[in-house]
Amino acid sequence: MKATLKKYTAALISLGILGLFLILRPREAPEVVSSLKYQFGTMLEIIPPIFILLGLFDVWVPRDIIIRLMGPGSGFKGGLLGFFLGSAAAGPLYGAFPLVSVLMKKGASFPVILIFIGAWSTTKIPMFLFELNALGYRFAIARLFIDIIGILFIAGIMNFLIPQSEKDRLYSQCSPP
Amino acid sequence: MKISLDIILLYTFTAAALIFSAMKNREKTGMALKKGLKALNGILPQFITVLVIVSIVLSLLDEEVMIRILGEESGFLSTLGAAVVGSITLIPGFIAFPVAAELLNSGAGVIPVATFISTLMMVGIVTLPMEIQFMGKRAAFLRNILAFGFSFIAAFFVYRVVNL
Repeated sequence: MKATLKKYTAALISLGILGLFLILRPREAPEVVSSLKYQFGTMLEIIPPIFILLGLFDVWVPRDIIIRLMGPGSGFKGGLLGFFLGSAAAGPLYGAFPLVSVLMKKGASFPVILIFIGAWSTTKIPMFLFELNALGYRFAIARLFIDIIGILFIAGIMNFLIPQSEKDRLYSQCSPP
Repeated sequence: MKISLDIILLYTFTAAALIFSAMKNREKTGMALKKGLKALNGILPQFITVLVIVSIVLSLLDEEVMIRILGEESGFLSTLGAAVVGSITLIPGFIAFPVAAELLNSGAGVIPVATFISTLMMVGIVTLPMEIQFMGKRAAFLRNILAFGFSFIAAFFVYRVVNL
């Protein structure tokens, strides 16, 4: 009970802020409520498939396959796979983090994980098609092109700057002994 | 409520995978569902926190405010403003893109709008606690800082291409 309460402290605080906000700024209340509805709608939409897939992935895909495909020796192909997995995703970036921990547990290398997160954040295929429509092909294609370079650069710099001890710590927190 | 194509595809794929899995091995499928539920249980409090905060921020930043920040002129300040606003919030693309198109139509510059979109997607201050939980403090801060800086470069590049 105490542990559960502790886990939900931040959530309760944010709900408290929400309550205060509704009381102090009643004029904005309808907007907050509709935004809240929308946000929760999006979340409820992606939660079932993402967590079912995560469980299936965890149970069915053996570790040695992920190590071979996306592990430390996987090189260019591993990066490419991470990129496509991230780009094929649906849903906001916060959906990626639980999957990151399963990928780490299965032995995907740190750079591949970074590329996966980068791709999930900006080069999602459905979003790209939408951007193409809304903002024009020059805008969308130019952004896609520079984003791919940016994702690789950011992954490279992070992989270089983050010490091995920190990487080891992250990996060990994903696979309880 | 409009359901987008990617969500339909995601559900179709998940349903197919689940049925296939259940046909192959019921026990393992049950285990998979349990694992999924456990992972969800671990992250649910952060999900709730993020969504509540995002809703409050979004209601404060409606289109009018956005146009005021980005709209008038596309100087250095509006670009910086765009980056800061983009970094706090987490707006899904199918809301962000029409707003961005609207901003461009009402005279905002390509650089601030592109900066706004890039930071929107890549930098998330509200989701930072969640990111820290999975990626650690160092990686989470580093990624957001690098992505913030990169957004300006990306915007400049997009600006050059659009004006070719």
